[in-house]
Amino acid sequence: MSNRIDAFFEQARASKQRALMPFLTAGDPDLAATRALLPAVFEAGAGLVEVGVPYSDPIADGPVISASYHRAIARGVTPTGVLEAIRGARLDDASGRLATAPIVTMVSYSIVHRRGVDAYLRDSAAAGVDGLIVPDLPVEEAATLAAKAAALNLKLIQLVTPTTPRERAARIAAASTGFLYYVSVAGITGERRDLPDDLLANVAWLRERTSIPICIGFGVSTAEQVRQLAGVADGVIVGSAIVRRLSAAAELGTPRAEVVADIKQFVKELAGGLE
Amino acid sequence: MSTTAPAAKHAAATQMPDALGRFGAFGGRFVPETLIDALRQMAEEYEIAKADPAFQATLDGYLLDYVGRPSPLFHAKRLSEHAGGAAVFLKREDLNHTGAHKINNALGQVLLAKRMGKTRIIAETGAGQHGVATATACALFGLDCTVYMGAEDIRRQKLNVFNMRTLGASVVAVETGSRTLRDATNEAMRDWMGSSSTTHYTIGSVVGPHPFPMIVRDFQAVIGRETRRQSLEKLGRLPNAVVACVGGGSNAAGMFYPFIEDLTVELIGAEAGGRGPSAGEHASSLTQGRPGVLHGSFSYVLQDVDGQTSDVHSISAGLDYPGVGPEHSFWKEIGRARYESVTDAEALAAYNLLARREGILPALESSHAVAQGCKEAAGRDADEVVVVCLSGRGDKDAYEIARLRGESME
Repeated sequence: MSNRIDAFFEQARASKQRALMPFLTAGDPDLAATRALLPAVFEAGAGLVEVGVPYSDPIADGPVISASYHRAIARGVTPTGVLEAIRGARLDDASGRLATAPIVTMVSYSIVHRRGVDAYLRDSAAAGVDGLIVPDLPVEEAATLAAKAAALNLKLIQLVTPTTPRERAARIAAASTGFLYYVSVAGITGERRDLPDDLLANVAWLRERTSIPICIGFGVSTAEQVRQLAGVADGVIVGSAIVRRLSAAAELGTPRAEVVADIKQFVKELAGGLE
Repeated sequence: MSTTAPAAKHAAATQMPDALGRFGAFGGRFVPETLIDALRQMAEEYEIAKADPAFQATLDGYLLDYVGRPSPLFHAKRLSEHAGGAAVFLKREDLNHTGAHKINNALGQVLLAKRMGKTRIIAETGAGQHGVATATACALFGLDCTVYMGAEDIRRQKLNVFNMRTLGASVVAVETGSRTLRDATNEAMRDWMGSSSTTHYTIGSVVGPHPFPMIVRDFQAVIGRETRRQSLEKLGRLPNAVVACVGGGSNAAGMFYPFIEDLTVELIGAEAGGRGPSAGEHASSLTQGRPGVLHGSFSYVLQDVDGQTSDVHSISAGLDYPGVGPEHSFWKEIGRARYESVTDAEALAAYNLLARREGILPALESSHAVAQGCKEAAGRDADEVVVVCLSGRGDKDAYEIARLRGESME
């Protein structure tokens, strides 16, 4: 059974393409915008997309994404609504552009546990989700979720960070499916002017020990940074810089079409870093 | 029928947590990968320190000469008379330096941080007692200190904020979410995500990822050990019941743990019942919540049907928290401890009662335990003994109580 993430990286590697993975907070400014943004970011050059499921206490997230989550929750956005938006985007897809487009969700284990692991995974698969990133579920706690996800052909993407000892990083890479999320900085999500000096060397070290695709995220906000990281990674994730634009739109009440056009333009610009 | 005797089951209960930080099904480490290595290092260093007589002697020395331990076990005769039943004794943690039990843990953790070569300490605080205790320990040992505190708590605990700053700590007002203890904990964890190489997070309760619940319990267990010894010395026997308030649950864990194998001793935790049992009106995680994940551990939590943490309310900032330590969840599950809900009004009445009957102003947190202690004592035989952990003193609450009474202190 093929998974869209696997198929994507297989094809990307064969054609020596790097991927841009924008992060969108689901429901910010609203779920209809999320539904419209999903095809738009792929049109603008995204290879995969990461959808953040708003959570009340996201301790790995900086002020931009935290505020975005709180705003969405205050508007009544629920995990059910998020999965509905993803399903809707796939249903809307007249052009067929999303047929092969991988969508992963970033979701707190608190949300997964509350619905029940089996139900949450089943609902995700039914909505057309291809993989999950559960940032508060380290590898020691993840075995059950990983096995159940695999049974539904869902990927469970694990994270490695600058504070992860190297041997442990290799172990996490072996446990991860779909791709490995390499967190570029020790800290929370948010834009950084400079990325750590040893980042490229650390990713290169891991690259020699694993064949799984590696995507780098946290702190990336410009096409220049995308260009720099694309040299060592299979993919580059941009989150807060996009969410900051969604936040501005939410605050100003920008019409949906303009929000979509703005994000599309920014993703195009970032994707320019891959050329 | 299980052939395991209750005593054996509860003896095993004192051996928790296991290597994964589990108290039965509860506990664990539900945190971002970024923090895992810092937690591993802390757990390893703690095991070494725990087995090091020099570390223990240093800590004991400070507890004796600086904190003023042991704290007295006082027979509250006029309170007992009012309750009408068992004799009520108060474990006077309010007489500790800085005015609460929080100093026991703060000194222990700051000494541990020094061993690990950390130069900076961060902490979250609700009522400000843990913040003051941490700022105090940092002043004593010359470490840089930052305390995260919800903006709403800063408003209702002005005295402690003033004192923390006087002690040299930076107090960061947290404006997100409900602007209380839960949000302060989020911000402290976010700071630690980027600073763990130089910084120790001195968590203030038996919550969070492993090894925090174990370490905080161990540093607070001096309360229960002393109570046990004092009870045997004074009364020639153990108490019939021990009562403590439970927010995150650190004074209760420290009080209960040394009694776990003493099955004749009932252990009762008093949670914040707030304005009543409707959602958002209380902070009774154990009596009204269900198992879930919050702040790095699996434990009883107050959350909505989607797993979003609920807003909570308590008159006392220190109990205004939607989660609880995993070991309390475990004790509840195995039936070793019982947890009851005490309302704002009952706590306020107990505050006034203790002031008028014993000349003691308890913290609003501890007032919940006093209220529950009176309920437990009522109807018991006069030769029975109920110990109430008076976890802190009430000076910090004077402004808030005056406000609630409609009086001005200006």
